[in-house]
Amino acid sequence: MKDNFKKQLNILLPFIGLIFVIIVVTVFILIKDSSKLNDFYSLFNLKLIMRQTVVVGIGALGMTLVIISGGIDLSVGSIVALGSVVCATVMTAMATGPVGPDGMLNMSEATVSTGGIAVALLASVGVCSLCGLMNGVVTAKFKMMPFIVTLGTMQIARGIAKIAGNDERVRTPDNGFQSFMDQYPDPEWLFFAPGVWVMIGLTIIVGLMLKFSVMGRYIYAIGSNEDTARLCGINVEKYKILIYTLCGVLTGVAACMDYSNLGSGNPVGNIGLELNIIAAVVIGGASLNGGEGSALGSLIGALIMAILVNAFTKLSIPQAYQEITIGAIIILAVGIDKLKHRKAA
Amino acid sequence: MDQPTQVKTIHMAEPILHLKNVHKRFGPVHALKGVELLIYPGEVHALIGENGAGKSTMMKVLSGAHQATEGDIKLEGQPYQPQNPNEGRRAGVAMIYQELNLAAHLTIEENITLGAEKSKFGFVESQSSKIKEALELLGLGNLSPNTKVGSLNIGTQQLIEIARAIVADAKIIIMDEPTSSLSREDTEKLFEVTKTLRDRGVALIYISHFLEEVKEISDRYTILRDGMTCGTGMLEDVTVPEIAEMLVGRSLDNMYPHVEHEIGETVMNVKGVKGIDFPKDASFELRKGEIMGVFGLVGAGRSEMLRCIFGLDPLVDGEVFIEGEAHHKGGITPKKSLKSGLDLCSEDRKTEGLAQSMSIAVNTTLSALSKESNKGFINLRKEKAIADEWAQKLQTKCHSTLDPMTTLSGGNQQKVAIARLMNHDSQILFFDEPTRGIDVGSKAEIYQLIQELAANGKSIVMVSSYLPELQGVCDTMGVMYRGVLSPVEPIKDWTKHKVMMFATTGQMT
Repeated sequence: MKDNFKKQLNILLPFIGLIFVIIVVTVFILIKDSSKLNDFYSLFNLKLIMRQTVVVGIGALGMTLVIISGGIDLSVGSIVALGSVVCATVMTAMATGPVGPDGMLNMSEATVSTGGIAVALLASVGVCSLCGLMNGVVTAKFKMMPFIVTLGTMQIARGIAKIAGNDERVRTPDNGFQSFMDQYPDPEWLFFAPGVWVMIGLTIIVGLMLKFSVMGRYIYAIGSNEDTARLCGINVEKYKILIYTLCGVLTGVAACMDYSNLGSGNPVGNIGLELNIIAAVVIGGASLNGGEGSALGSLIGALIMAILVNAFTKLSIPQAYQEITIGAIIILAVGIDKLKHRKAA
Repeated sequence: MDQPTQVKTIHMAEPILHLKNVHKRFGPVHALKGVELLIYPGEVHALIGENGAGKSTMMKVLSGAHQATEGDIKLEGQPYQPQNPNEGRRAGVAMIYQELNLAAHLTIEENITLGAEKSKFGFVESQSSKIKEALELLGLGNLSPNTKVGSLNIGTQQLIEIARAIVADAKIIIMDEPTSSLSREDTEKLFEVTKTLRDRGVALIYISHFLEEVKEISDRYTILRDGMTCGTGMLEDVTVPEIAEMLVGRSLDNMYPHVEHEIGETVMNVKGVKGIDFPKDASFELRKGEIMGVFGLVGAGRSEMLRCIFGLDPLVDGEVFIEGEAHHKGGITPKKSLKSGLDLCSEDRKTEGLAQSMSIAVNTTLSALSKESNKGFINLRKEKAIADEWAQKLQTKCHSTLDPMTTLSGGNQQKVAIARLMNHDSQILFFDEPTRGIDVGSKAEIYQLIQELAANGKSIVMVSSYLPELQGVCDTMGVMYRGVLSPVEPIKDWTKHKVMMFATTGQMT
């Protein structure tokens, strides 16, 4: 009975954290400027916060897999930049429309067909998966520290993104995918932007995979004790490659969402995104020692960060204070985790 | 021997440590229910008890890691209630844990003085003369205090821990299972050191599961059972079976139960197996229903032999046939071995054998997930049911099989490790030191299990550094010396002399 309660508490802990943050933010708004409260609690703002969670949220799902397996991936920020550039470049290449007098496509009137969009998205996800595959192969086959390997990939991916994007934003013709992250989706009954639904759907898939699939079990086992996993006949190298590649796939999806959000690819954007993503995963209850973490927790971690940023922006508090607060929350989250473990022992 | 005069001086001296009716409660758990302990200066005092009897709790109270809930503790006649390990250390109580607490990258001197550095103007001042003295006392006079600790073997590292206690002028040194990871040679050295310290008037509290060893080096004993002191006295007045009886509260007339098992056809044939360092040359034949023991000193390459054949370490040369199939062809991996019906129970529960942060249920089923999974998905209910069944069959003491491994005692953890092998149901089972660090009661249960497995037609290779258990359990045995396995012979043909001869020289006669 008591054990059961403990289990429930573990699952509920991220939710409790979320509610706690909402309460604190509410009190804070009341103190600072209570006229902003209606604004904060509006449906419009709910949609906005969800939309702002998408890139970090989807990125965090991939990172969750890596962190549970006892690894780390520092390259995701650069990979998102590279992915968005690839998405934008291919999108432009696939554009059709009236040709101007110089024989070039008139960009302002060009569009991209559904097929073209699909090719651009696949290219983006494909390139990002390749980066993940590279991280996985080098980490697993050469038994190198993932911290170092992905630090290298972080630089490499950033460099390639800059070359591909000529160091500046890659603008694309208008296309249907740009509305994927619209505040007011079409059709209206979707309520949230389609991108938000993609994030929710992926969270459910990754969550179920982690909890119920054999692969999920192996990811936890490798993170909990790699030697035990090997002893039990698990092909640790194969799974590590798979885990980093999956992280690449999910990062690719996040990159497409980032493109949709901005309407262009940005080779110099998303610097430090990997740290926000890692923070979201840690706030969500994962342990950097491996063996612990959940998809839902990471999503809530991302949501908590988005809520804070949103409230601070509403109150026009400078970004410096946002950074200090998020830093404090990360440390608090890890502290709570430690406390939880002390009780269990 | 001047043993009798020794006894006299002990009883005339004032006790250095006296625990009276000490209780310790953790919430509803009553871990110590009024223990008594009397320690005199200049004695080696054995503290004996099964896992969970309260030894660790008692030692933690003494070292300051826990505080007693009630009771009276006197150190040199003064009330003694350390609030933290640092206070305990300063009062002269040094604890040497089973897992060594040394920083491998620091030197001997840096390790010994760690936390007690003497400084001048903020710079660390050398205490090398005092350290040299301590090292000499321990027979390590030829070691420079500037040697990195990581380059020393485990036995020497343990002596460095003792040197730390000496430099800190410890009056009481508590040693928790000090020999469990030492070779016979290092153990002998440790015993010498123990005697030297005793003669200098230091009181040693010696915790061990090896009763023969306890009898060899201790003067007096105290036995703990269920958080209570249930016996104390001079070791020369009791026999090992008597101690064992007090320990478990029942008579252990059969430590090595025998289950009738028949030996059949050859199932495994190992020819000239060679690894990177160890083994150098190992050949044996294993038959259905046979329990084959492998004895050897620590570092002889016994574990490495099992690991090579199972695929955890690379196989450099040699052949392995399982049921006539060439298992070595195309390289061996644990996955392949498990598929061919070969399984291994690791000697190290903590770092390899079990995923400590995961549940009992997960650990029980990890290598055979296909049994409860369907198209890649796991049936969690079935998994728990399987784990519950094994926990019941092996009488694993746990609240729930969903609890993490860390909540179990050593003996119960080992049962989970064995449950995983039984659940996977391989035909050939390698047990590497299956009873290391577990209490007498659990040991007997594990011997019983191994015998039952053989009776069910499994073939078993059991590696151990403890000759009596191999003689009690095995049908045949081989001895290893520097990576070379002796011919395997029926257990009754191995006299103790012959075993030791091969283990120390590599010669049969």
